[in-house]
Amino acid sequence: MSGTFIGMPKFQTAAKEALGNSQQRRNLQHATHTIREKRARVVEELDDWEGLRQAGADIKDNVLSHLDTYLVQLEESLTRAGATVHWAGDAAEANEIVTSLVRATGADEVVKVKSMATQEIGLNEALEEAGIAAWETDLAELIVQLGHDRPSHILVPAIHRNRAEIREIFLREMGHVGTPPPAGLTSEPRELAEAARVHLREKFLRAKVAISGANFAIAETGTLVVVESEGNGRMCLTLPETLISVVGIEKVLPRLEDLEVFMQLLPRSSTGERMNPYTSTWTGITPGDGPQQVHVVLLDNGRTDALADTVGRQALRCIRCSACLNVCPVYERVGGHAYGSVYPGPIGAILNPQLRGTTSEVDQSLPYASSLCGACGDVCPVKIEIPDLLVHLRTRVVDEHRGGMPSGEEIAMKGAAWMFSDHRRWEKAQKGAELGGRMFRKKDTIGRLPGPLSAWSDARDAPVPPAESFRTWWKREKEGQ
Amino acid sequence: MSARDDMLARIAAALEGAERTPPPDHPYGAVTPLADVAATFVECVEDYRAVVERVAPEGIAAAVAQALSRATRIVVPPGLPTEWLVALDRVEVVADDGHLSADELDRFDAVVTAARVGIAVTGTIVLDHGPDQGRRALSLVPDLHICVVHESQLVGDVPESIAPLRDAVDAGRPLTWISGPSATSDIELERVEGVHGPRTLHVLLVAPTS
Repeated sequence: MSGTFIGMPKFQTAAKEALGNSQQRRNLQHATHTIREKRARVVEELDDWEGLRQAGADIKDNVLSHLDTYLVQLEESLTRAGATVHWAGDAAEANEIVTSLVRATGADEVVKVKSMATQEIGLNEALEEAGIAAWETDLAELIVQLGHDRPSHILVPAIHRNRAEIREIFLREMGHVGTPPPAGLTSEPRELAEAARVHLREKFLRAKVAISGANFAIAETGTLVVVESEGNGRMCLTLPETLISVVGIEKVLPRLEDLEVFMQLLPRSSTGERMNPYTSTWTGITPGDGPQQVHVVLLDNGRTDALADTVGRQALRCIRCSACLNVCPVYERVGGHAYGSVYPGPIGAILNPQLRGTTSEVDQSLPYASSLCGACGDVCPVKIEIPDLLVHLRTRVVDEHRGGMPSGEEIAMKGAAWMFSDHRRWEKAQKGAELGGRMFRKKDTIGRLPGPLSAWSDARDAPVPPAESFRTWWKREKEGQ
Repeated sequence: MSARDDMLARIAAALEGAERTPPPDHPYGAVTPLADVAATFVECVEDYRAVVERVAPEGIAAAVAQALSRATRIVVPPGLPTEWLVALDRVEVVADDGHLSADELDRFDAVVTAARVGIAVTGTIVLDHGPDQGRRALSLVPDLHICVVHESQLVGDVPESIAPLRDAVDAGRPLTWISGPSATSDIELERVEGVHGPRTLHVLLVAPTS
């Protein structure tokens, strides 16, 4: 297991490997089912969940279709409130900005609030190269970091690990980077959380610089919002002298009042709680309270490419709740690593190909990492039509491969189209299938087919064709009358 | 071309010819009708395994003293009503002067603050860090947070909570929304209370003056 997603194989290859890990499958099944039931219960409690979802989608659409206006307004508000605003076109630019800001403080370490944007740009690795230690302070992120592992879930990045594995990681690694765990550490979640508390407290109290993301950035007031559970966010946002926040440009909300919608949608969708334990908001610099140096890095990194796709841009509504992961039958079995990105699951399957383009093997394969069952679209709190987008992106991948040698699949599809276009041809084909079906005799499913056809037969349990088709049966019955 | 100009140009290009969606027709600030706002608040705060007590206005000092029975040193924000602390016995009280370091705050047993808003349906307390609540570090570092909320500060659900917080945000103050003690579900999705924030949240809900 390595700590990077670079050079990942295509989804189907990685998925096959993940499916062989039965411990991981058990961990994932337990976790996803627990959280999906919790979510369903608290969503049920609200009278008009659908109305809230619609409001969430509408606010985001309003933001996205006026993104330039709102970003300039956000910049003005932040600047007025004493923050310094930076613009970063891509990951390299963002990492360079953050690294030089940290260097300017003279610090050689930073504490970090869990942030998808900083993971997306590989900030920890960039800081490490510059000789700056980045300490993840969210418990799950800490487990991933100490385990030299990769995140596998947006909300609970260590969801693929169970308590016994976490205990082992703590015992093996914690002492190398700070306060070690107590000698008699058991695998009780309460004890593991206590070990993390003691380990990180030392780091919080001495930290000079913190790095965060933001769940929301309010254009009108210049207020940034971080939604969290453990209090590690509050520690990072409050105690250090310098705070640097990396914020995706799609995170902007027009007005403070818009929080009423998202502070109902997000906690219920992500942790399945009526409200998360802690939410912090800050508006630039508050004299005498919290960091007196506040920087905000506005990050593009492919978001404007997604915005240019009239169908695909709705993926930018995403508030990173991970409800779609928790209900996805594919994610539940395969886990997050196979998606080759910090954004796994259904949202990752549509977001990654849009943010990174469809040039790599893994990004071309992601739109196919779905059975199109539709559960993801049903739970999405901002009504992203994930199944529609998957199909849209499949079209894009296919279109990009037009011209040149046709693939076996294309030839097969062309043949099928020709056959389906005439009922006589279709009947002939069925006759052939009936004969073929008899070849399999007592088997229920077609096993491994030879040669290139194995690519098709290996990925599914296709039933053998019936000995008699419906049409043949109908004809026989009718003639018998 | 600066990164800023480049990004804004890319956005403008991406949106060329796009339909500009207006802000939604959403009933902001809608009131959630509840039969008994205070009872719902108590029930929902307790759901997070926080301690909640209902007290009469004249009973605040006694309840604070009782909640601090095991504390020897506490910190309070500079604007906390002094009458809340009159029943304390053998407890050293330090009013924050703004210069206590994180390490110094870590050596207090507890903090007592007021609040700005209580949200019944979600069991949430919102601090707007006015003088009776103090700067953020005060209510973060000590392990026990005693928070005095008045019934008149309660609202039904989240939509009603924004209006009373608006002034603080406009004045550049931070907000802290607190729903129970610090918690994590990062290990097998099992909820464990008490990670980095105060491990005990003790809420005193004060009835209106009769």
